[in-house]
Amino acid sequence: MSAPAQHRIIFKHIDEPGYTNDIECYLRHGGYEVLRKSVTRKPEELIDEVKKSGLRGRGGAGFPCGVKWGLVDRKSGKPIYLIVNADESEPGTFKDRYIMHQDPHQLIEGTIISCFANNVKQAYIYIRGEMPEGARILERAIAEARSRNFVGPNILGTGYSCEIYVHRGAGAYICGEETGLIESLEGKRANPRIKPPYFPAVLGLYQCPTIVNNVETLCQVKYIADVGGEAYAKIGTPGNTGTRIFCVSGHVQRPGYYEFPAGTITMGQLLNDVCGGPLPGRTFKAVIPGGSSAKVLKFGERYKGKRKVGADMVDYDWGVEDVPMDFDSLAMIGSMGGSGGVIVMDDTVNMVEALANINAFYSHESCGQCTPCREGSLWMKKISSRMVHGDARPQDGALLKSVADQIPGRTICAFGEACSWPTQSFITKFKDEFDSYSEVKKTLPADRRVLV
Amino acid sequence: MNLKSETFQRIDEVITHYPVKRSATLPLLHLIQEDAGYISDEAITWIAGKLELQPINVLEVVTFYPMFRRAPIGRRHIKVCRTLSCALSGGYKTCETFAREFNTHAGPGVVSPDGEVTVEFVECLASCGTAPVVLIDETLHEKVDVAKAKQLSDQIKAEAAARK
Repeated sequence: MSAPAQHRIIFKHIDEPGYTNDIECYLRHGGYEVLRKSVTRKPEELIDEVKKSGLRGRGGAGFPCGVKWGLVDRKSGKPIYLIVNADESEPGTFKDRYIMHQDPHQLIEGTIISCFANNVKQAYIYIRGEMPEGARILERAIAEARSRNFVGPNILGTGYSCEIYVHRGAGAYICGEETGLIESLEGKRANPRIKPPYFPAVLGLYQCPTIVNNVETLCQVKYIADVGGEAYAKIGTPGNTGTRIFCVSGHVQRPGYYEFPAGTITMGQLLNDVCGGPLPGRTFKAVIPGGSSAKVLKFGERYKGKRKVGADMVDYDWGVEDVPMDFDSLAMIGSMGGSGGVIVMDDTVNMVEALANINAFYSHESCGQCTPCREGSLWMKKISSRMVHGDARPQDGALLKSVADQIPGRTICAFGEACSWPTQSFITKFKDEFDSYSEVKKTLPADRRVLV
Repeated sequence: MNLKSETFQRIDEVITHYPVKRSATLPLLHLIQEDAGYISDEAITWIAGKLELQPINVLEVVTFYPMFRRAPIGRRHIKVCRTLSCALSGGYKTCETFAREFNTHAGPGVVSPDGEVTVEFVECLASCGTAPVVLIDETLHEKVDVAKAKQLSDQIKAEAAARK
């Protein structure tokens, strides 16, 4: 079965010839019409539309956006803040970059609609420090929107006011974690906060109720406010509504970003039909389906079980190629859809070396406040790097896994899981490669591609 | 603090973005680093005074975030992405090429003998689909294989020669 056609909602104008990121171009394409329409409605209605839409957050966790908004403490009398999480930093993910660089007004319109729906008067866009150009583009776009009365005091004469400021990070992955992000926005080290009690919906920025949404999520909200929650829920599959943007990188013929109705495309269709398959003369070996912390999938393995289709339970027996690319199916087979970052590795890749690369990342990025994560990520890096650059021993795989197994569930934030899942899954699925690496290493060409 | 008057203006403006002054710590560090090239002891004390904090509150932020530095670096900053997708596409060779072209080695704060560049590996730059990627100062360069790394190096060298 060949792949379905792309259905571009969020990426409608990305790479479109002649489409520029200034407000004139945006207005020519119907820009800010949805905002005009939305501010004439009751905020509660907009929240209901988002609830009906079934929209799930696009940052990685897939948490229902309407539920997140529903948890906001509206009785405390404290101001409510909205933070746009534009810290896009999960390796393999690069969708928000294109929205911010090429279509920034789409994000601003979605942000203001979301602020209006939630009675937010102040929003911040937390953009990663490594995107200085993106920050400048957003600042210019906000100024343009302010001069047209889409942002700032008394928006479109409604009496509703809302300001947006851009806040730049400075190279720390952990700022993508929402409570770490809040600490960072408060001018501190980005050490995540413990939940409970620090649920952002209740005790977020400056101890006030705070909504943190991903860039793409807010763009989806703009679309929902336009077409309505029910119409939106018809796109995709039940439980996985709307479109998903897949960012494909690594060893395929055509890496890039592709937007499809959620759950309508399988991994095989995405990699073979859409991305052109493996590089000439190569075969696929492994794929990480949802950003580098997602558990790796091995080509050739089978996933079996029962799943719900409509009201019935049916058996499934999938290879990697057969897995539908939605949150629930990927969770069912023990991995996750995460941020939509798909990293492909072919048969030239040695899995010990690939894991050593990933471990170096997580060790560098651990914030250091929880001992199991700070020490565990460091030792996973040290052991896997030693295997590659020094002496490898047959028992190293088991040692690595024992370190990884002692991290998850013992840390304040989900980084503990994120840093241990790669090691756990690589070693479980490619045990042979770890066991035999000390021998195999001697036979590998000295001029092979360096991964760590 | 010896900064451009425009920097002082931007500092005063950005502080107004937040209900709590401390939030302006990162923005101030960015503005000062862009102007002065690095974060000096004087800058830390000055920011602390400006935001009504203790110097340690600023120092702990500087040491936490990889983008802030305590010493000057080369005239141009070459940041090569090290993370998986770029490494799978030859990022290590790219980094090695830049280092060799400028007769230096890659590392944070290491300056080439001619003072022209600092070559450094950084973690994921979020452009994995066009790997390997390199951020030179504020400009992202995509699909930087060995040939393109040489070409970019030549360009930097030519610009340096034109300045002399």
